[in-house]
Amino acid sequence: MTRVLGWLAVLGLLAGLVAGFGLAPREVTQGNVQRIMYVHVPSVLVAYLAYTVVFVASIAYLARRVEAADRVAHASAEIGVLFNGITIATGSIWGKPTWGTWWTWDARLTSVAILFVMYLGYLLLRGMIEDRERGARYAAVLGIVAALNVPLVHFSVLWWRTLHQPPSLLKPGAPAMSSAILTPLLVNLAAYALLYAYFLAKRVRILRREEEAAA
Amino acid sequence: MWKDLLVERRSKETLNGLFFFSLLLLFVFQFALGPDRERLAAVLPGLLWLGFILSGLLGLGRTFLVERENDCWEGLLLAPGDKSAIYVGKLAGNLLLMLVIETVLVAMFAVFFNVDLGAAWPALALVIVLGTVGFTAVGTLFAAMTAQVRARELLFPVLLLPVQVPVLLATVRATEAVLLGEPLGAVANWLKLLAAADLIYVVVGVLTFEFVLEG
Repeated sequence: MTRVLGWLAVLGLLAGLVAGFGLAPREVTQGNVQRIMYVHVPSVLVAYLAYTVVFVASIAYLARRVEAADRVAHASAEIGVLFNGITIATGSIWGKPTWGTWWTWDARLTSVAILFVMYLGYLLLRGMIEDRERGARYAAVLGIVAALNVPLVHFSVLWWRTLHQPPSLLKPGAPAMSSAILTPLLVNLAAYALLYAYFLAKRVRILRREEEAAA
Repeated sequence: MWKDLLVERRSKETLNGLFFFSLLLLFVFQFALGPDRERLAAVLPGLLWLGFILSGLLGLGRTFLVERENDCWEGLLLAPGDKSAIYVGKLAGNLLLMLVIETVLVAMFAVFFNVDLGAAWPALALVIVLGTVGFTAVGTLFAAMTAQVRARELLFPVLLLPVQVPVLLATVRATEAVLLGEPLGAVANWLKLLAAADLIYVVVGVLTFEFVLEG
């Protein structure tokens, strides 16, 4: 099952590469730099998905006390931080030629950076508590606090300042891009979601094996 | 019950130490930024909240130290009835502690940096109380979580600071406006955000505290 998921993810990524770098047209003003969007946007959306899974799994763990839920939260947080990091890195690479700077304290950059440090702290907490059961409980509490904090971060940072272009996918109404760009983006998004599911399944299994080995 | 006990003990050790610490902070800010009055005035709201947060990190981090050092942690765990009562008690104690320290800090800022509080003080007090409730609500919860961890002096700020970004942004903006003599209506956005943050943090703290105090 996991293996099938893995191969599907590989196929999806290949299709995404072909679509993003081959089929998609060259953007008129930005040139080829724009193609980084096919990596940037899917990874940020997958990071959000991963953090949502952390939130749900944390609640499930506190309510039911199934260790599987805790492992899902742990694995998902790790993958979320990974994709969050990719988002920041690709954004910087795109920002340098386009905005003329690697980093700026724009609203959406800032909120993504805050998410990044918040969940890094989450992983740090997990790593520092030896007692398995206590670590799971504390992490679940933090996972809930962090997720509920997201809307607050979003609005505070939005009012603080903004420079980033408004969201191109997640907004009411029709997407503001032509289908020639949108289709490769959606292909990549699907591929990244598959990749996330594969990583999650794999990581949860490794965590379980580690615990079995330690027990 | 908890609150009284707390204030009694704290008034001796933590409070004195924190007063001295905040006085030293003033000196450090002054030395770090040089004697230029204009420049100091421009960054004053930020400095003020930096002072609050640094004092708060030290003060709140000690919340459960008394129990830890005197082996009363088990006492907390075994306490009959609703665990959230302990949280509310600790929160109230911390809130009182923070507000006392902040009052002193504001007074010292007014004297040392020549700020005319004049008519602005009721509005300033409102902003400070709103911000402190949010800061303390999360701080108390996280202090309980980090109390039993080896590197708690490190972990506590690492967890708390990212979560506190919205509160920090909102309070600094609101303080800035208030010190400039603007009416509170001008920062109604920020005040609403602070109120929402306070509500979310306190509710989450009350609901999740029992999971932290399980073992």
